[in-house]
Order: sequence, then C-alpha cells, then structure tokens
Amino acid sequence: QVTNYVMVSAKKFARENLFSLLLVQTKSKKTLAKPGVKNIVLVEGVRTPFLLSGTIYNDFMAHDLARAALLGLLNKTSLPKDAVDYIVYGTVIQEVKTSNVAREAALGAGISEKIPAHTVTMACISANQAITTAVGLIAAGQCDVVVAGGVETMSDMPIRHSRKMRKTMLTLNKAKTLSQRLTLLSKIRLGYLTPELPALTEFSTNETMGHSADRLTAAFGVSRREQDEFAFRSHSLAKKAQDAGLLSDVLSVNVPGKGIVSKDNGIRPSSMEQLEKLKPVFIKPHGTITPASSSFLTDGASAVLLMSEEKALAMGYKPKAYLRDFVFVSQDPKDQLLLGPSYATPEVLEKSGITLDDIDVFEFHEGQILANLKAMDSDWFAQTCMGRKSKVGVLPIEKLNLWGGSLSLGHPFGATGARLVTAAVNRLKKEGGQYALVAACAAGGQVVFDL
Amino acid sequence: MDKIVSYRHKSISPIIICLHYSGSLNRIKPWFLRGCLLKLLPFFFLEAFRSHVSYEVKDDVAVIRINNPDSKVNTLSIPMQREMAEVMNEVWANGAVKSVVLISSKPGCFIAGADINMIQACRSAEEVTALSQEGQKMFEKIEKSPIPIVAAINGSCLGGGLEFALACQYRVATKSRKTVLGTPEVMLGLLPGAGGTQRLPKMVGLPSAFDVMLTGRNIRADKAKKMGLVHQLVDPLGPGLKDSDVRTVEYLEEVAVGFAKGIVNKSIPLTKRKGIMQKLQDYAMGIPFVRQQIYKTVTKRVMNQTKGLYPAPLKIIECVKAGLEKGSEAGYLEESQNFGKLAMTPESKALVGLYQGQVACKKNRFGTPEREVKNLAILGAGLMGAGIAQVTVDKGVNVILKDTATEGLSRGQDQVYKGFNAKVKKKSITSFERDTTMSCLTGQLDYSGFERVDMVIEAVFEDLSIKHKVLKEVEAVTPPHCIFATNTSGLPIKDIAAASKRPENVIGMHYFSPVDKMQLLEIITTDKTSKDTTASAVALGLKQGKIIIVVKDGPGFYTTRCLSPMLAELLRLLQEGVEPKKLDLLTTSFGLPVGAVILADEVGIDVAAHVGKTMTKAFGSRLDGGNIEVVTTMVEKGFTGRKAGKGFYIYEKGSKSRNINPAAEEILKKFKLSAPPSVSSDSDVQYRLVSRFVNEALLCLQEGILSNPMEGDIGAVFGLGFPPFLGGPFRFVDAFGADKLVQKMKKYEEVYGNQFTACQLLQDHAKDSSKKFYK
Repeated sequence: QVTNYVMVSAKKFARENLFSLLLVQTKSKKTLAKPGVKNIVLVEGVRTPFLLSGTIYNDFMAHDLARAALLGLLNKTSLPKDAVDYIVYGTVIQEVKTSNVAREAALGAGISEKIPAHTVTMACISANQAITTAVGLIAAGQCDVVVAGGVETMSDMPIRHSRKMRKTMLTLNKAKTLSQRLTLLSKIRLGYLTPELPALTEFSTNETMGHSADRLTAAFGVSRREQDEFAFRSHSLAKKAQDAGLLSDVLSVNVPGKGIVSKDNGIRPSSMEQLEKLKPVFIKPHGTITPASSSFLTDGASAVLLMSEEKALAMGYKPKAYLRDFVFVSQDPKDQLLLGPSYATPEVLEKSGITLDDIDVFEFHEGQILANLKAMDSDWFAQTCMGRKSKVGVLPIEKLNLWGGSLSLGHPFGATGARLVTAAVNRLKKEGGQYALVAACAAGGQVVFDL
Repeated sequence: MDKIVSYRHKSISPIIICLHYSGSLNRIKPWFLRGCLLKLLPFFFLEAFRSHVSYEVKDDVAVIRINNPDSKVNTLSIPMQREMAEVMNEVWANGAVKSVVLISSKPGCFIAGADINMIQACRSAEEVTALSQEGQKMFEKIEKSPIPIVAAINGSCLGGGLEFALACQYRVATKSRKTVLGTPEVMLGLLPGAGGTQRLPKMVGLPSAFDVMLTGRNIRADKAKKMGLVHQLVDPLGPGLKDSDVRTVEYLEEVAVGFAKGIVNKSIPLTKRKGIMQKLQDYAMGIPFVRQQIYKTVTKRVMNQTKGLYPAPLKIIECVKAGLEKGSEAGYLEESQNFGKLAMTPESKALVGLYQGQVACKKNRFGTPEREVKNLAILGAGLMGAGIAQVTVDKGVNVILKDTATEGLSRGQDQVYKGFNAKVKKKSITSFERDTTMSCLTGQLDYSGFERVDMVIEAVFEDLSIKHKVLKEVEAVTPPHCIFATNTSGLPIKDIAAASKRPENVIGMHYFSPVDKMQLLEIITTDKTSKDTTASAVALGLKQGKIIIVVKDGPGFYTTRCLSPMLAELLRLLQEGVEPKKLDLLTTSFGLPVGAVILADEVGIDVAAHVGKTMTKAFGSRLDGGNIEVVTTMVEKGFTGRKAGKGFYIYEKGSKSRNINPAAEEILKKFKLSAPPSVSSDSDVQYRLVSRFVNEALLCLQEGILSNPMEGDIGAVFGLGFPPFLGGPFRFVDAFGADKLVQKMKKYEEVYGNQFTACQLLQDHAKDSSKKFYK
C-alpha cells in the first residue's frame, strides 16, 4: 500500500520562491484595512477531491479537472456565468495542448468566450500566484469579480522525444524529396528513441526535490521520528476532519464511467509502528524522508471566487474573509529551497503590523514544515540567514493544519495554494478566529491573512 | 614569449601532500612530560594531555576525532600517530565499545597526508624506512581491528590520510567539493609508504590503483565511490541551525555512527556486490600472464613519459608487483625500503622543494590590498585576453572583454565559453553555473562602463606605441584608483609606464599561454609601482589560481630573459647541423616536457625573432647565439611556427606525427655553421642549452630582478618547463655543483666567447662549495 505514496521527487516544483498570505475574517472588528486600498474579499472556495495519481482521474486531462472546479464554484455560489470578469489558474507541469489551461477550462465550462483567462506558474505556489494576480486586478480597479485557482494532474505528463529525435523530425518536415527523407531517417539511432521525462531535477542545481528536502531536514536536525510523528498527525487530523464533514470545500465530481467521487483518497491513518518500517526514499540508506513524510503524486484542481467588497455586497454575497496582505520572497535554490514560510511569515506580519500571537489559524504547506518550524525558532538562523535581530518565534502547532495538509490530503502542485487559502478561511469561520496565515514554499512564499 | 604552449607538468601540479609547518617535531615533547605525569594523575586526566586526538563513546560507538592544534590541516605527525595508537588501545580495551568512527574536527580536511617535516628530518634511508614501517604496523592493527572502524571523510583525504582510511573497514565521504582522495606522493618523488601500494590494488583493482598512484591526481568523492574507494556518500548540508560546514561534519558523524552500528548488527554489509565487469576484471587479474602484461605496459608508459628521470613511479610499480607476486610480507617490506630510498633521492628533494616554493608563491606577501578588484577590464580578446577572462570571470569578478573588432571579440568570447563548456562536459560544473558565469562577462568594442573598473589588463599587440595609445585611452576613462596592468612578455614596464599619468598604478602581469592551463603568473613592478598596486595584482592572480612570482622590471623580466639565450643557442645548434628531431630528443631526455625545437615553434618563430632582437639590443652580444637572419628569413616565408602550420616542423590538423619542414631545412643549410667537435657531443649540446639558461637565471638574482632563488626556481619550472625533478635552475646548481658547471662553461667560453661567461654569483658559488642557494 505504501507504494502508492510515490513521492514528489521533483525539486522543480519547489524552487526558491516562498509565499505567505494574511486573511482576515469579515466579521472581525480589526480588519487591518488600508486607507485608499479596496477591500478584497473571498466569497467562496472549492476543490475537486484530491486523488492519488493513476487512480480515478486517470483519463482526465488537466483542463477537465480545472473545469470541474470552476463549474463547482459557479454552482456553489450561483454566480451567473457572465458575471465573471477574469479567470486565472496556476499549474506546474503544462500539458502542451492546453498551455493556457485557464482559458480551456473557462470555455469548456460555458463561460462567455469574451471573458479573458490566463495561466500562471510558480511551482508549488502557482495557485497562490493566481490568487494574488486576482487581488492585483481587483485592487487596480481592472476587475471586480475574479476566479482564481489551480490544477495539476500527474496521471499524465508530457513525455517528449529526445532532442536529437525532435531535431530529426523537424528537419524531416522540411525535406522535400524522398531521398532527403531517407537520408534523414537513416541517421536515426536507437539512442534517439530514449524518451525525455519532465525534468525531475531543479534546473539550476540538478538536484531532485526529495534529495534537497532530505538535506534540509538534516541541516535542521529534524529526526526521522519527528517526521513520522508529523506524518501520523497529518493523516489522523485529515481523517478526523473528513469524517466530521469539515472538508466542505470538496466538490462531488462525476468521472465518466467511474462514478461520482466526493472524497480525497490519499488519507491513510496508520500507526507509528508501520511508519517506522518504511525505508527512506531519496537518500539511501541513511536519509530520513520516507513515503509517509513526503507528499504523494496527486491529481486535483481548486478555485476561489474573489471580489471587491462593494461588489460582493451589492451582489448579495456574504464574504467569508478579507485577503489582507501577502508577500513573495526568494531564496537560494540549493540550500534554502523549502524554507519559504520561515522567510515570508515575519515579513507579512510586519507589513500588517500584527504578531505571530495574533494569528488564530495557520495553514502551511506541509513541504518540510518541521525544518521551517525549527528555522523560525532559531536565533542563529534569523541572524545569519535572514538578517533579522532575533528569531521569528515558536509557531503554535495546535493552530496548524488542523484539518490535515499536503502529506495526507495530497499535493497537486498547481492546486495546493487555493486549497490552503480555502481551508484557512473555513477554519476561521468554524473556529471563530480572526486572523489566518497561509504560507507555502516552492517556487515562492506567501502569507494569507484571514479576518 | 608568453606562448609557451600546451604542456603541463605532469609530475607537479596542484600538490597536496601536506606540510606541517608548525614544526611539531621541534615543540616540547609532550610524551616526555607524560611519562612523569602518568604516575601522578588519575586515568581520566590523561585525555587532557592529548592535543591531536580525542574520543568520546556514543552509545556503543567510539567517535575518534582528529584535530592537529595550531594548524588548518591534519597531518600524520609523530605526536598524532602516538596519540592515535594510545586512543586505539584504550578503545580496543573497552569492552563496551562495539565499533569506531574516525573523523576529523577540521571542516575542510580529513588528513592531508604525512608530515613532510618528519621525513625531511631524517638523515638516512633507514630512518625513513623505519618511519614507513611504523605507519604500516599501525595501519595493520587498524585493518585487523576486532571491531569495525568507519572512516568519515570530509575534506582532503590524501597520502597517508587515504592510507589510513583504506585500512579502516568502511569509508563514508561527503560529496563536498572539498572532499578529495588521492595519493599525491608521486608528485613529491615518493610513494604511498604506509601500505598504500599494497591495499589500493586489492581495493580498486590493478589498473585503477596504478592510475591513482602514478598520476597522484585528486579524486572527487563521487568518482571515489564508483571506483570502490568509499562505500557511501553523504551530502553536504546548507545552513540550518548552525553554520553549514559545522553541521555537515556533525551530520557526517551521525550518519557514520549509524553505519557503524549497522555493521555491528549486520544490517550494513561490508562487502559490495560486484558487477559483471568487476568480476571479469578480477578474473583477468587472477591470471599471472595478464598481470605481467599490465606491469609491462604500465612500465613502458611510465618510461615514455618520464624518460626514466623520475624514480618514484617505477618504484611504485615494483612495490605493487612484489605484493601481488611474492605475497604481502614481501610487498610491505619492498614498500618501506623503497620509500626510504626515494626520500633520499635528489629528485624527491627537488620536488619537495618545488612544492614548498609553490605553497609560498600562493601567498600574498604584499598584504591585503585596500580595494578588492571587483570589476576587471581586459583589452584584447586574443588567446591571452580571453584566457585571462576565463580564469577570472568564475571567481566572482565582473569582466569586461574589449576588443577593436567584432570578429576578434566573438572569437574570444567563444574561447571562454568553450572553456566552461568543457567543464560542463566533465561534470565539474553544471550548465547553469556555466551560464551564470558567462553572464558576468561583457564583450564590447568601446570603453563604456570603464568608469566602474578597478583594474585593466591589456593584452594588445606587443608594440610600445600601441601600448602607449591604449594606456592613455584607458586613463582618460577610468577612475583614479584603477590599476593598469600590462601583459607584455618583454617590453620593459617602465617604458610603458612612461606614458602614464599615474605610474604608481602601472604594473606588469605576465601570463603564460594557455592561461587556463599554465599555473605561473609573473608580476613585474617598476620603481614607481606602489605597494598597494602590487598587493592588488597579486591578490587578483591568487584569485585566478595562479602561482605568483614578483620580479623587478628589466628587459625580458625573469622568464623571457632566461629563455632568450637558450633559444639563441638552440638556433646556433640548428645551424651547426644538429637535426631538430635529435635536439628535441636531447632536450626531452634532459627532462624538458617538450623538445626545445617544438617549444620554439609553439612560442612562435616571429615572437622568438622579436624577443631575440629586443634582448640583444638590451644586453649586447652576450645574448647572441645563432644568426637572427635565420629566423627573420623563416618569418618572411611565413614559417612562424605552429600557429601557421609550419615552423621547423610541419603541423597538420588531425595528424600527430610531425615532419621536418624541408624549406626550413633549406634555410638552415644556407646559414650552415661548422660544428666545433670539442663542444658538440650530445652531452655538450644539452649543457650548452642548459648552462646559458641557468647562468641567466643566476644573473637575474645577482642583479636583483629576482628577490630570491625560490621564486626563480618556481618561475623556471612552472613558466618555462625547466625539468621539475631538478627543482629549478638554482637547485640544479646546488645539486650539480657550481664548480662543475663553471668548468663546462669555460670550455664553451673558449669557443664562443662571452655568451658562456659565468656570472659573478655562479663563480662565487664555484669557488666556495659551502655556498648554496638552499640550505
């Protein structure tokens, strides 16, 4: 069973950027509103069930998933199809046939062809980038209603011919005579047929993400046991949330020929004993990251509806939260690859003038979260690497990812960002909190505040 | 004459056996003290008196840490070995200890080798043999340890350090760039004398073992794993809760402790499963006939490369052979005896001297410059200019490469790109690193951006008026602090500086071609050059990875000046009818890396002619030799050497064999001289060439161009290919005997006159045999 937890071994998807976003609950008194800046609200957020790659979504293309999320959002909010001003999606591994996957999804969903859509990419925080792009469009007065989301399918990936083969094929196109063609064909060697997989390594450093992550945990002295415990926690909490019906953002999706799916299928609460038996996957035999302590390959899509506050109220919506502030920061892609949250969190807090203690809900992407927790709690790291006077502080783990996270729910690279934001907002509502902070690392870092 | 092309000193390149300068032998002898204290102090106090080795027991694993006090590196010195033996005995006696991890506390060094001073202090071969045998015994104990010992390697693991690691049962190394394994002893004219010649062949197979020991090259961790030198690799870590170096060593220790426990509980196997190729190779090596063939081939190759002038490689082969054919007892005996013999050879002493000189020439004796050179401009994108750009741009310096024409500029940029691309292909850098490095190089035709430049190195055509022109142009656009360095091979710097508004900022930086391969940089200062300018030039050169000699200004400085009379003599020999091929053979068998005639072709006949004329002008008939008309005629006919495809030889692309250029032969015939029989034997031919070179070098010291003999030796070996086993002209005089050399020169003087007049310094040394350049 463990073999299903094929982990994300692509550091490509977690480059040096980091993100954090601050969300504020709309009922809150202290809204952190900024004079002269429009209030931007999150009306609703949804996602398709996140499924292990190669399972039920096996025959879907990315735009099918993106469309499902989009339609689900429109249905849930009863938003008229012509009321959307703009659509932005994030994705990481692009299907070359649908490189602007946002546009294909919108057209497929029956949204007016006059409504523009574009696709962004920023590794694991692609959806965060989509959301902040939407925030920018609304803040600038360009749009009032924007759908932002993300999508990823790892069940299908663009596997290419080798460069030599591609070259031959392209030249073949131009060859005029039969003899020219035959000459070209005769040059094809067996080696030309070796396929090229999507890069499994960080382009700039040639290191796989899993490898990098294992080095990072070692650098911060995160033990195997701590990681196993955290994985266990993630799965247990996710299971609890699923059973309690807290994952209300999950849509029911009809997969042709396979029925309706309405639950994530990667949540597998097991026991510490079982987790201890797993072998390290990236650095053998002495690494500490196992299939359980890394995200499995996941398919899924997510979407959120963002509006200016006036527009939302005018349309009769009850906004769930304000999106108050965000930052993206970048780090050295070799040694600081997955440390986004540590860098981005203090920055966004300072920008908003609140402290770690004010935050009620933390939703962090679970990529190397333990190393991040240790980094935030280290004066040495703060002084040496972040140029701060003192450490960020201890992150209260009792407020963190209480409904599961990327380890248990799964991590469709492009879609995780919007899931984090929606989960944070829904938790704020449920728990009655005021501020939520979303942070993720990847090719980026952001903090979400929820009011 | 900067075009001394394409040969590398196989026997001495970045050397690594470690020298322990702190002179551990001369310090208070702690073991003497300990003898008294032993009786007085309780047992646990003992550890406080160990300064080199310490240990702690973690669970059931003893972690032994090596840390030479007062030194950046660990060496196998006498106190270190003694403390190690003590610690091992304690560990073995401790029943609670089930395994051992051996690790260094120094971030960039496991053990860099044996303490050279320890060997140098020995007066006889027997003493050195005894040292070797002690080492062998110690490592034998390690090898036969009842509990497994894991060597955890981070940083350099060389020479005796590697032999130590090889004796351990298991080896784990970090993948850090600083981690290198190797047996550089051969470069010092020695052999791995603590079991290396016996254990290596068993561990990595005969061919690889010979490769490692005979080249002495550094092996990176990943390659070492492939070869079977280490069992496991550990990734270096980035900064976390501690500094990255510190944490990496901690992590290495944690992982090694894990392996040690794993070996004890049998979850980690000690033997590696062998691949088919490996099994095949092992099978083949089991056949005596195959082994004999390998010895033969390797010996032949060594003889080809060394002309039998270097004894160490042959002894290494002997030791390996003895161990495999006569059993390990004979092998170890052979190893220790040969080690002792080699340590006493003049070759080894010369090579050790060169190594020490090289270390000294990698330091900046002019102090830290006020300003670091962050932006460098290079004028002229030719072979030299582009070469300088290549060795600078990857050291964090922004480089402007300026030329006057797009074609030249593009050729130069391509040369730099090719250089880095070759590294990508060898996997020493990534393609991404290549691209980011290339982004620091700006190619341009104008002087834009020169207002930010800290130093300009000009590599334009060797013509004083052109040099003056660019100097004035540069000074008009650069800030006042900007240094103007000229890469001339012969023009006096003071003549170039005459056109400068800021002569204190003018200096000579004489690079050797190809710049990325040749290690020497000759820096030339005039009376007006400021100390800070010199410090800055040396700092940049060191950054570029150069071995630097700093000399005073004068025609031809040091290197060109030594080469010039030798080339003049070469020409005369050619005129006297010595065949070019024979001349090449005579010079290579003397120890030059390439034949003298080929050297002339590589340098360029036109360059040789130009320099020859300038030097004769400056020094008069003393620098005469052959008739300069010969070379000018050759230049007129286009036989300018290798670059033109024709010089004394004909060079064809793709063909390795060179044929004599018959047209050049014709010219030589036209200018034929009769060879005086009294000075034309093979040996005379060699000494006529060498004595003029050596005499000129001594003259440079006498005149104060050189500040010491060591720099003269380094310059001659690394810049001009003077035979490394002779250690350079000064060491050669010491070893050969100044009186003997003067005698020879007198004989030549009688025939040719003042060209062979021994300089005063040489005569002084000849008269008083106690006078030596090296004590």
